[in-house]
Amino acid sequence: MAKAKFDVPELKEEVDVPAIQEGVMAHLAPFVAAKDHQTDLNFPPELVDDWHQKTLEKMDDLRKRYRSFQVFLDSCVKCGSCTDKCHYFLGTADPKNMPVARQDLLRKVYRRYFTFAGKYFPKLVGAKDLTRETLDEWYSYYHQCSQCRRCSVFCPYGIDTAEISMAAREILDSVGYGQKYCNEIIAKVFKIGNNLGLPGPALADTLEGLEDDVFDETGIEVKYPMDQKGAEILLITPSADFFAEPHVDGLIGYGKVFHEAGVSWTLSSYASEAANFGMFIGSYENMRRVSRRIRKAALDLGVKRIVFGECGHAWRVAYSFLNTLAGPFDFLDPDYPVPQHILEFTWDQIQKGNLKLDKSANDDMTLTFHDSCNVARATRMGDRPGGQLEIPRNVIKAVCNNYVDMDKDTIGEKTFCCGGGGGLLTDDLMEIRVKGALPRMTALKNVMEEEGVTHMAAICAICKSQFTKVLPYYGMDMDQIVSVHQLVSNAIVLTGQKPGDDGEEAAAEEAATGEAAPEVEV
Amino acid sequence: MSLFFALLYIVAALILVVGLARKIIQYARTPAPLKIPTTPAPVTGAGVVMRLFREVVFFESLFKSTKWTWIFGWMFHIGLLLVLLRHLRYFIDPSWIPAWLWLPIELVQPFGVYAGFAMVAGLTGLFLRRIFVDRVRYISSPSDYLWLLLLGFIGFSGLTMKFVARTDVVMVKQFFTGLWTLDWGPLPADLPLIVHLSLVAILMILFPFSKLLHVPGVFFSPTRNQVDNPREKRHVAPWARALDEQEQN
Repeated sequence: MAKAKFDVPELKEEVDVPAIQEGVMAHLAPFVAAKDHQTDLNFPPELVDDWHQKTLEKMDDLRKRYRSFQVFLDSCVKCGSCTDKCHYFLGTADPKNMPVARQDLLRKVYRRYFTFAGKYFPKLVGAKDLTRETLDEWYSYYHQCSQCRRCSVFCPYGIDTAEISMAAREILDSVGYGQKYCNEIIAKVFKIGNNLGLPGPALADTLEGLEDDVFDETGIEVKYPMDQKGAEILLITPSADFFAEPHVDGLIGYGKVFHEAGVSWTLSSYASEAANFGMFIGSYENMRRVSRRIRKAALDLGVKRIVFGECGHAWRVAYSFLNTLAGPFDFLDPDYPVPQHILEFTWDQIQKGNLKLDKSANDDMTLTFHDSCNVARATRMGDRPGGQLEIPRNVIKAVCNNYVDMDKDTIGEKTFCCGGGGGLLTDDLMEIRVKGALPRMTALKNVMEEEGVTHMAAICAICKSQFTKVLPYYGMDMDQIVSVHQLVSNAIVLTGQKPGDDGEEAAAEEAATGEAAPEVEV
Repeated sequence: MSLFFALLYIVAALILVVGLARKIIQYARTPAPLKIPTTPAPVTGAGVVMRLFREVVFFESLFKSTKWTWIFGWMFHIGLLLVLLRHLRYFIDPSWIPAWLWLPIELVQPFGVYAGFAMVAGLTGLFLRRIFVDRVRYISSPSDYLWLLLLGFIGFSGLTMKFVARTDVVMVKQFFTGLWTLDWGPLPADLPLIVHLSLVAILMILFPFSKLLHVPGVFFSPTRNQVDNPREKRHVAPWARALDEQEQN
């Protein structure tokens, strides 16, 4: 990997709100989608000749279809409440990365063409003509937003910049100016079934390998089934779980929990992806098309329940939108929520006492937890508001002895995005990813120094990938990021598992002597 | 002069009411296709009412954010509310409405006087903040300053009439209560009053075309007014339902 061509921010005790520096991030834009990436999603292959008219038409269409868009365009009073809340502004100092200024890129055009004041007194209300440069500016700055909704927490009118940035990307796509990363990935889901383009046989191979690994480690045959008709539970998980560290350790954990719970479950090769990048590009139609694959898989396999693996925006689409996009799910067991999060499932099993847990297996770590933005601010787990913040912590505390939270202003509903969400998890946007991680890196560094934290757990494939890549820029180690179900996996003592067959106790002992746990070979 | 102001206020009131009604109808008719409450969010309708109440009355979200903006903003808005309640006396006669409704209005009257100062102080704070905080200056358009100035001068001219050059409020009351039946009397020819009434009329006329739409907007904000129950209850917008039906045919 080419090292930084930009300055990595210096970590201090606190993140200072920077003085604005105009235009410092104007150079950054992601690769533009190739023609076939566009057409696969029913978008024009390249910028259309009548982009001016088409842009305004799309804007008009969206404001009539989305109340959020119309109300948010009208309601902002420029109070400035959001100006110091975005991690990308804090990390770059570019004023167009302040949520209100990011919204204004689009609002200026809205005012110019759709409001009385903007039509007749544009200078007075800051309305601007739509030009070719406007589109470039949108393309640049709406791809410096991870749609994390932190700004919406602090806005007195609940204006959510994510809604504006989704609308902007939808407009850009509709005139043929889409982003390569997102659109290429969505096309892969349509054609192959997952973001990574892993075909069914490769998945089957991987799962078989996992079964072997778990057997070697524990002496127990834990199954990782795929396309098994009649299974009770369909597990939908981000495709990163199939191959990358630390994601795959989480998948191993899900399997162990299902095994101990005594339920039959299966993955689907057709719907082998929890992520839904249709949300990032603001395309209801594409998001719906991806979601309906899950409905089809559930029907084809005849399952009774749907459970989602660890993934942030995927859980948003699943929890908040799946019923809307692909429901009604009246063919599933009405005794369980549709869908359920794997953490809801695991926490339920822990409470019922169905899992034998050895917390000391994680004694080599002191954990903290990164609330994924989409989970914290756009979803729920369990019955009560805030369950999405409590349940992950409850599970971690049930499987680990050492846990501390980061600064309260950086977790919970105020959590900072990892810096790579919202369709920015691509190397061509590395600069904004690294700079945007500053607030989280600062909070992590503080608990490392003050509380002796060694690892940070996450429940999102994007967070995990982003941190793995970005931690080294800040002088930390990529292995410090772990999956929550990796911790669960470490602690579970499988029924029938003989002491000595497992690596857990050895690891705990080694940790006590300060040495790394050895790989266990049988 | 009183004819001019009578016509001005009839027109201004019509523009305000019709303009706002049009926007409210637009917001109400525009579908919200997806569940997007900012969570943790209430899981019941009653919870949403409480959330909106805290937002509208206490500015909960702003309180979480920036205490200075919250103090100035809240001072201005609560001041404005009390001042408006005090001004009701000029537009309606207590005998026109039930006593139980008039009582609370009666009770806040003494506070209405001092609220004028809170209002102007809050506006001054907001104005200074807009000038001196570089981030807020960056996002400000001329209209953002002008609104603060307009409101500030409305407050200032009003306070002048109360504490410096008193206006004959009985005449003013006769003028405005008379407007309802198009039988208005003369207005006192005082400069502060003319300034005050002119600026208020401008505010009323511009309201539906401006950022003052945050007033109806906050009630229609899906991140604040939606119940967090997407798993329990299927939420589908009409245009989205059409997609489903299209597929089935």
